[in-house]
Amino acid sequence: MTKTVYLDNNATTMVDPKVFEAMKPYFCELYGNPSSMHKFGGQVAKAVEKAREQVKNFLGANDSKEIIFTASGSEGDNMAIRGILEANKNKKHIITTKIEHPAVLNVYKYLEKQGYEVTYLGVDSLGNLDLNELKNAITDDTALVSMMYANNETGVILPVEKAAKLVKQINPKIKFHVDAVQAAGKIKIDVKNTDIDLLSIAGHKIHAPKGIGALYVKTGTLLPAFIIGGHQERGKRAGTENVPYIVGLGEACEIAQNALDYEMTEVKRLRDKLENGIVKSIYNAKVNGATENRVPNTTNIGFQYIEGELILLHLSDLGICASSGSACTSGSLEPSHVLKSMGVPFESLHGSIRFSLSRFTTEAEIDYVLKVLPDVITKLNGISPYQKELNRLKAQFNH
Amino acid sequence: MWDYTEKVMDHYKNPRNVGEIENPSAVGEAGSLVCGDALKLYLKVDENDVITDAKFQTFGCGSAVASSSVLTEMLKGMTIEDASKITNQQIADALGGLPPQKMHCSVMGHEALESAIANYKGEDVAAHCDEKIICTCYHVTESALREAVEQNNLTDLEDVMNYTKAGGACGQCHVAIQKIIDEIKNKKEKVDIKNMSVTQLVLKINNVIEKYISNELRKDGGDIELIDVKENKVFVSLKGMCKSCKFSSNTLKNFVEASLKEHISPDIEVIEV
Repeated sequence: MTKTVYLDNNATTMVDPKVFEAMKPYFCELYGNPSSMHKFGGQVAKAVEKAREQVKNFLGANDSKEIIFTASGSEGDNMAIRGILEANKNKKHIITTKIEHPAVLNVYKYLEKQGYEVTYLGVDSLGNLDLNELKNAITDDTALVSMMYANNETGVILPVEKAAKLVKQINPKIKFHVDAVQAAGKIKIDVKNTDIDLLSIAGHKIHAPKGIGALYVKTGTLLPAFIIGGHQERGKRAGTENVPYIVGLGEACEIAQNALDYEMTEVKRLRDKLENGIVKSIYNAKVNGATENRVPNTTNIGFQYIEGELILLHLSDLGICASSGSACTSGSLEPSHVLKSMGVPFESLHGSIRFSLSRFTTEAEIDYVLKVLPDVITKLNGISPYQKELNRLKAQFNH
Repeated sequence: MWDYTEKVMDHYKNPRNVGEIENPSAVGEAGSLVCGDALKLYLKVDENDVITDAKFQTFGCGSAVASSSVLTEMLKGMTIEDASKITNQQIADALGGLPPQKMHCSVMGHEALESAIANYKGEDVAAHCDEKIICTCYHVTESALREAVEQNNLTDLEDVMNYTKAGGACGQCHVAIQKIIDEIKNKKEKVDIKNMSVTQLVLKINNVIEKYISNELRKDGGDIELIDVKENKVFVSLKGMCKSCKFSSNTLKNFVEASLKEHISPDIEVIEV
């Protein structure tokens, strides 16, 4: 069996063993209901509140009451977007970007059918947003502006704090939501002293388990109940708390906060080593998106004139896990909407591969990929019908 | 993760006959860089119209490479006439099947083959370009759609997307595609089996068995074999678990016969031998 080299951490991450340890007691020992009157339940309520405090600190919120536990990033996004619109029924316009995650793009598609108007802001070839375009898109009817903090495919960071400030300057009543699922744990998030009203994260991207997330809701933001029932999560999301997972998320947030320096230095160093190693040794490899303004763990590389799924299949046989923006991997026939929005040419688009590292990625793993990848690409180049084009790239590269 | 067969995996890992043929007798092309898959097929044909060599170059996913690779294996030693009878389903079958969403890879193989044969016969391939294009995103022509729908008995939009990619992007052509599906379906329903040649009928029956019947029976550890066809009578033999199953007469009437009636003709009668 080949050893697994997991470079798909933007898809999901390993649960940190320390997180798992912290969760364990809340299954068979401390299984009380946080709402119970007895001490047995009370101690569990304390664990939930501790976790809320940990998430609060991680996001730089003012008050732990501003944290609502959810079951996923998608849930937080839905709760924020649909909740804000429900609370502002007379306004029917939303502004977002073309490069959002499908989890939210599909919410907008649904809302458009319900009669909402959605403006999708474009990005330039590096994946950067133009704030002037945002400014011009705002109308009297705008209820909500929602955008991602960092893009899942390219890792490019959007200027959410500046955008929120700009929106509030024009109309303080417009709410600003941030989908921070791909930024959390990779760059410092500090909502304090910003104009961000809502921000969602997902546990499984920061070494907590799947099935847990959180939504930050700034004090004073009117948000109706997303699940109606009991008083849990201050009535915004009823249902007995998922205690072990909440504890896990809290622990993961605290560890991630302490690991941010490592993420920004060591993980970044390994990512850069991988990226530079690839573009220096493979003549038809080109980085997609900005290389500066980016989360430290992600690189998206287009292998020109060969197809992404084929690359992934060969990498998978070597134990390497990555992902692709190629149409063939999704089953939807459409290649990545993010790379398309950036105007990435078709010869790179279909052969784009995303490598996403984590703090568990080792130098030996990166060295292994750099050792085996060139041979895979050389083999696949040989199958391509675009030999002339490849030869041209090769000549340029050697020049 | 796609559920690829061992054969598909073998062919994308170790593709056969990769490359160009110098001074080929025919070259066929299908797909494009924009679409995300493209195939170039090179043939060497001798004076007796026999394909002596076949090579390919493919830009595409695992199943696209596998479809191209297996196609070159099938073609070697075949006459041009026999090659022109190869269907996309046969390409998929040679790989032990493809996931439904990947059937368009076998269609691409078939298109490249058609293009190569036209090139060999000196037909003007450009003439096809004047045809009405239904899906502008993936440049799928009306005749290509009709061929895929008819050859593979496609009955819904999703199938058509999986086989031809048509309608998979902007979705504006969905109505037009549906119209073609309905038209062909209506025409098929009126087919009188008396007007069919035995070969035609056998092919059709085998197709329905392969597509709708075998898979279901295999789930229960059984299978079915077509033994003979005489007029409207279809003689089959049940195999494996079906053979000893006490419900087998039920299976035969309510499932096998019903399926054949639905997809071919209400006149069909199934008899176990």
